[in-house]
Amino acid sequence: MTAPLHIGFIPLVDAAALIIAVDKGFTAAEGLEVTLVREVSWSNVRDKLNIGLFEAAHLLAPVAIASSLGVGHVKVPIVAPYNLGINGNAITVSPALHAAIMTEIDGDRLDPMATAQALARVVAARRKSGAEPLTFAMTFPFSTHNYQLRFWMAAGGVDPDEDVRLVVLPPPFMVESLENGHVDGFCVGAPWNSIAVDHGVGHILHFVADILVHAAEKVLAIRQSWAAKNPDVVARLVRSLSRAADFIEDPGNRGEAARMLARPERIGVDAEVIQRTLDGRLKISPDGKIRENSRYLLVGREGAGRPDPVQAAWLYSQMVRWAQTRISEEALKAAMAVFRPDLYDAALAISDSGSRSENHEIGAFDGPEFNPNDIAGYLASFKIFRRLG
Amino acid sequence: MTAEQPPPKAEQAPKIVIVDESPIRAAILEEGLREAGYASVMRISEMQSLLARIYALDPDIIVIDLENPSRDILEQMFQVSRAVRRPIAMFVDQSDAASIQASVDAGVSAYIVDGLKKERMKSILDLCVSRFNAFAKLQDELDRTKMALEERKVIDRAKGILMKLKGLTEEEAYVLLRSTAMREKKKIGEIAQSILTASELLK
Repeated sequence: MTAPLHIGFIPLVDAAALIIAVDKGFTAAEGLEVTLVREVSWSNVRDKLNIGLFEAAHLLAPVAIASSLGVGHVKVPIVAPYNLGINGNAITVSPALHAAIMTEIDGDRLDPMATAQALARVVAARRKSGAEPLTFAMTFPFSTHNYQLRFWMAAGGVDPDEDVRLVVLPPPFMVESLENGHVDGFCVGAPWNSIAVDHGVGHILHFVADILVHAAEKVLAIRQSWAAKNPDVVARLVRSLSRAADFIEDPGNRGEAARMLARPERIGVDAEVIQRTLDGRLKISPDGKIRENSRYLLVGREGAGRPDPVQAAWLYSQMVRWAQTRISEEALKAAMAVFRPDLYDAALAISDSGSRSENHEIGAFDGPEFNPNDIAGYLASFKIFRRLG
Repeated sequence: MTAEQPPPKAEQAPKIVIVDESPIRAAILEEGLREAGYASVMRISEMQSLLARIYALDPDIIVIDLENPSRDILEQMFQVSRAVRRPIAMFVDQSDAASIQASVDAGVSAYIVDGLKKERMKSILDLCVSRFNAFAKLQDELDRTKMALEERKVIDRAKGILMKLKGLTEEEAYVLLRSTAMREKKKIGEIAQSILTASELLK
C-alpha cells in the first residue's frame, strides 16, 4: 500500500468514475488507500488541493486551467491525467421562460440557434416593456457552465454581460432559486436539471451535447509538483479510474453503479435520477416528456477518459473571449499542458498510434471549426465578446 | 493577542462582514472582533441574494465559513464586473502557509479588498481562527452535555424498571446497575440501555 490519499469531490454525477473506483475497490486493487472527501464548494476543492490537504480532486476543467495560469487566484500548476466526464450539463429554464421561448421560436426546438434567437426576441421584448432583465445562473466563474451558457445565448445575439444577469449559484440552490423566481434559467450538471423537472419548476431546454459535440467537463486534478514526484501513484489512479469508467459504461452494471453513487455520503440523491443521467434518458418537462441522447454524459465511452489538450485550448479561448484573461501564446501552451494524455497513455500502456486515431472535435453549433493554432482568428469570428481594458 | 496592537482608529477602521449561517458562531466572532477594537462588524446569515447584500454593505473584509456553499458566489467578485472594488482572497497570498493551514483547519476563509495592510489582515484572520476553534470546542462540549443528559434519562428509566420489577429502593437499583457495569466492564449507560431494550422486548 502507498501513502493514504485524500481526494476531494463535489456530489455530482460526473464524479462517478472517481466514486466507483474507490467504492467498488478498484483503487484498493491498485494498492491505493483513498479517502474521498465530499466538499460543498469549488473554492474549497481548489484551495484544499492547492495547499496540499488533497492529493487529487474532482475539479472543473476550467478551474484546473485557471489555477495553472494564476488567473483569478493563486498560481498553482495542475495536471489532469484523466478526464472524468465529457458533456453532462444541461440548460434548464423556468416554465414561464420556456413558454416565452416556444412562442418566439422559429425553427426546431432542439436547434440551439433557434432557441438562442428566440431568447434574443424575448430579451428585446422585455426591454421594450421595461421588465427586469432575465437572470441566469451557473456554478463558477471558471466553469464549463458559464462558457456554455454564454456561447449559446451569444450565438443568438444576446450579450451575456449586457442583456441578461449572469450569476454564480451553488448547484444545491439552483432548483429553489428557479422555483422562487430568483433565476429564470441555469446551466448545471446532473442531477440538478432532472431535480428541477421532477419538482415541476423547470424545463430542460438543451443538453450540452446540442451546443458542443465534445465538451471536457470535470478532470482528475493533481498538483503538477506532486504528480512529478509520484508518477507511479498517478498511473495507478488512472488505471483504477479507467476500470471504474468501463464498469459504469457497461449497461449491465448501471443499476449497481447508480445505487452506489446514490448513497447519502456520496451524491445523495435517488438512484433512479442518477441512472437517467448515465443512460442519457432524461425527463425534460414536468409533463413527463422524455428525451434520449446516448451522448448526454460520457464517462469513458468514445475515449472520454483521455484528456485532450485541444479541449483545454478551447476552454482557454473562452476565458479570453469573456475577458477573464488576456490572449498569449505562452498562456495557451500552459493551458494545453494541463491536459496530459501522455500520463494517461503511459498508465494504460497505450501506444501512440492507437490513441491518436480518436480525435475529438469540439463541434460547436456556432462559429468556425476550432483551431487551437489560431485562437485570435477563431474569436474574431464571434460578434459578441469582451475585451480586457 | 491583540493587546500589543492599538485598536484601529475610527476613520480607518475596516468594515467587516461575517457571512455565516450559524448565528451563534457569527455572534461569537463579532464579539471577538469588537473586543479587539473593530467597531464596524456586520453579519449576513441569509444566503439569498448574497452578492447584492455584500455590495450594499460595501465591506473591506469578508469572512465566510468553509462549510458554506455560497463561498463560490464570492468568487464572482474577482471577475471584471460592474463592481468597482475588487476583493482578493486570503489564499492568494501564500507567504504565510501556516496561517492559511490554520484557517482551513478551523473552517474559515477571508477576502480582503485591495489596499488593506497585510499585517492588519493577519491579526483579524488569527482572531477568526481562534474564535472558530473556540466555537467548535463549545459545540463539542454541548454535544457531550447533551449525550450525558440523554444517558441520565436512560439510567433513571432503568432504575425505575428495576425498582418496580425487583422491589428495590432507588439507591439499591443504582448500586445493582453500577456493580453489573463494573463486572461486565461496560458503562452504566450501556447496561441501563440494555435493560430498557429488554423490557421493551418482553412487554
